[in-house]
Amino acid sequence: MAQLASISSTLLYIAFLLYLVATVFFAGSIKSKKHTNQTGKNRWATIGITITLIGFASQLGYFFTRWIASGHAPVSNLFEFITFFAMMLVAAFIIIYFIYRLHILGVFALPIALLTIAYASMFPRDVSPLIPALQSDWLAIHVSTVAAGEAILSVSFVAGLIFLLKDIDLSKGGKQVFWLESVLFGIILVVGFVLSATVFSVAGYESEFTFINADEAETVVQYSMPALVTPNEGELITEGAFSTGLEMHPLVNASRLNTVIWSIGVGIILYLLIRLISRRKVAALFQPLVKKANLDMLDEVGYRSVLIGFPVFTLGGLIFAMIWAQIAWTRFWGWDPKEVWALITFLFYAAFLHLRLSRGWEGNRSAWLAVIGFVIIMFNLVAVNLIIAGLHSYA
Amino acid sequence: MSKLICKCGHVNPEGSELCQACGRTLTEKAAKRKTNDVMRYEGMARRSQTYHASVIDKVWNFFSSVKVGVWLIVITLVASAIGTIFPQEFFIPQNIPAIEYYEDRYGIAGKIYYVLGFHDLYGSWWYMLLVAAIGTSIIIASLDRGIPLYKALKKQRVERHDSFLKRQRIYSAYEAKGSLDTLNRLSEGLKKRRYKVRVENGSLLAEKNQFSRWGPYINHTGLIIFLIGAMLRFVPGMYVDEMLWIREGETQIIPGTDQEYLLKNEGFTLETYQEGDSEVFDETIQRTGAIAKNFQTDAILYKKDENAIAGSTDNITEVDHHAIQVNVPMKFDQFALYQTDYIEDELYKMSFTMDSKETGEPVGSFTVDLFDPNTSGVYELNDGYAVEISGYYPDFSGFDDGEPQSVSPLPNNPAFLFNMISPEHPDGEVAFVAIQQNLEPLGENDYEISFNGIETRDISGLTVRKDLTLWILALGGAIFMFGVIVGSYWNHRRIWIKTDADSHLYAAGHTNKNWYGLKKDIAPAFEYAGLDQPDDHQELKESKGNAKEEDESGTTREHK
Repeated sequence: MAQLASISSTLLYIAFLLYLVATVFFAGSIKSKKHTNQTGKNRWATIGITITLIGFASQLGYFFTRWIASGHAPVSNLFEFITFFAMMLVAAFIIIYFIYRLHILGVFALPIALLTIAYASMFPRDVSPLIPALQSDWLAIHVSTVAAGEAILSVSFVAGLIFLLKDIDLSKGGKQVFWLESVLFGIILVVGFVLSATVFSVAGYESEFTFINADEAETVVQYSMPALVTPNEGELITEGAFSTGLEMHPLVNASRLNTVIWSIGVGIILYLLIRLISRRKVAALFQPLVKKANLDMLDEVGYRSVLIGFPVFTLGGLIFAMIWAQIAWTRFWGWDPKEVWALITFLFYAAFLHLRLSRGWEGNRSAWLAVIGFVIIMFNLVAVNLIIAGLHSYA
Repeated sequence: MSKLICKCGHVNPEGSELCQACGRTLTEKAAKRKTNDVMRYEGMARRSQTYHASVIDKVWNFFSSVKVGVWLIVITLVASAIGTIFPQEFFIPQNIPAIEYYEDRYGIAGKIYYVLGFHDLYGSWWYMLLVAAIGTSIIIASLDRGIPLYKALKKQRVERHDSFLKRQRIYSAYEAKGSLDTLNRLSEGLKKRRYKVRVENGSLLAEKNQFSRWGPYINHTGLIIFLIGAMLRFVPGMYVDEMLWIREGETQIIPGTDQEYLLKNEGFTLETYQEGDSEVFDETIQRTGAIAKNFQTDAILYKKDENAIAGSTDNITEVDHHAIQVNVPMKFDQFALYQTDYIEDELYKMSFTMDSKETGEPVGSFTVDLFDPNTSGVYELNDGYAVEISGYYPDFSGFDDGEPQSVSPLPNNPAFLFNMISPEHPDGEVAFVAIQQNLEPLGENDYEISFNGIETRDISGLTVRKDLTLWILALGGAIFMFGVIVGSYWNHRRIWIKTDADSHLYAAGHTNKNWYGLKKDIAPAFEYAGLDQPDDHQELKESKGNAKEEDESGTTREHK
């Protein structure tokens, strides 16, 4: 079983590399001069999608071998769930790709999947047993449907982002330019997190503090990055480790805040470096890639993804969720933060559809809504688990 | 009521934008609106767009507006999000007043949160009002649109006026192609694509998946049923939420069942994963410590016989016997029992010995059931020795005026006043015994009581739930889901073809969404008929983000 678990990890690693290679080929496909509308047959794109399919198969291999090794669907902690979300993102991309043959989608969807897997890998990766509340077939049914729904909805973000990169005139400045650049900066922050976490983990950095928590009990906390902020009445107990001694309020999870500060710091440095070297806005760096993109088609892909993803999300995130909550927690709805954020996601996309269907919000506005929707999904995926305590905080 | 009479002679109700017969635009205003907006409800008269005078009109118009609906959704969304900033009142410890909890823990922000009522946001009157407003909006907006749409789609004419065709996003005029043969070929091609085709007077109407237009109205119906189900929660008798704390070995009446059912706790089990259970888990267990594997109450369910006395546990019949686990509730009648909590190792029995101080040897031993101490009789030991309990203080807290006090009936810190009877002292000697405390209040004794062991047991916390609204919610949810799928995964597509005496052929197409799909769908039919693909007249302009799309809308697009 342990061997199977290690095979599983290798398969995920292979999938990661293949997605990376596939991205390069998709990038090649949109450079090709022959295919100005960036759809239809194209040798680069054919190779790209083939590698993507092999990568996806490899990730499926990861998923099922891990399932066999652990005896339960590997969607039970943050690493497993986010990895699965990335897999569904690739699946959603593949489906939409075969409907519209829009090559440029691969240039953006695959890197986002890559970044998601990298992000997931920063959480504890070991196979953990299921607590009683999770011991149900509904774990696989509910979580996989939610992840699939969210992933399909995320494709609309990818399409929306490409749309905006082409649509917004960077030379004019203004709010839209600012927000577009902010979205890209947000993505760079994730890179900053992955980078700093990886560097300190490879360097083997670790320190421990004892501190007094919000319930006034003494506890020990581990830091995986040098402590820029320390917990309430925190005492460093690891010799030779770094600490600024800057104490935080007991309600603040200082260890996580420390990680956030490092990520933002590294993210800002990365961003500034890119700006300094290229002497252009990050959004401007992507513009050559989207020059030939077809706005109409991107708009429809974005809308279509919402139409496909919304029912899947509703089914998994609300209906299956309620059925399982009734079985496991005695009530179908209990205003747990994760539940509330699933409702918020649902309401947001409901508003999206109403605005689009009845008020003609197409193109630019629709693209922005897709971006906001993705921010909400990411918030629910990550922040609700890490910041807001609730029944779903498993990781 | 003024009617709108079209040039074709058809009489349309007031408020119509397009003639229901021929499709001509009827008003200046309609002519100026975007085709998509006019076509959304087939140019039909809608109550909300027609009447504005009375109060009822105004209320109707307010709730029928999608803009209002979207605002209601957005306000609910933002409010819901605010409710997750700090935990809601029902998640915080119940032993301190909420106001203190929020203020102590979250400072001034917590106090503001409490004062504004966000600590009980989802149960607040204004949140309920928001949900009610959304419900009203759903009903009125659906009626306002659904009924006219139904009427329009049920009686469509095949032949439409040229201006109607020209307005469509998919439109082309073909010279010298208007033959019967072309029309037949188009008809054949579209039928192959499963269009329902009607041909009249050289005109053709092909339509498919009209049912997908009903998706929104179906899902709105489901939502309303769901909301009604959620309201029924407050009808007495529909909903039971009780907690049953039951000790191992105990039999108790299940609250909420009208004393009809009883439960016996045969034993509570808590299991944790052990290292070596499965080698793949070892690393996690080493990292995080013990992980719970199972919470389980082995339970026997009894039903009271019809003529049994209320409150008694006699005359009962076993109905069911199995383990209640997390995710595996015990279901009976309309109830379900869930494993939701436990307390481990509550004191149950205490054993003592009565010792002679002189020899240090015990003269006998006895065991006190802390829940049922023998306070009226005596614990008979051997050879004329016996112990009486003359005072029992299950939750001993100290002395008040020389009297021992108990703060609760639970044996958290049991203390006893024993009377030790021996052949030498037939009236007994008095000893006060508590945990790590031995007093002789009436002078030096010859005998003493010493502690000889405890027996503990676990308490299962079971939630008793009855929810008669579930089936309505399930029905509403299923209808909603069905409607969403119907509306999302299918598209309503229509093609109009018209030929005239000068053998012109006009082709127009409309879909409620997914225009690429429409174009792909009809391409083979046009190819088969020897026609070029009809043009798509809406390519999104490069709006450069700053331009508002509404501004670039033309009424009738220019065609060559």
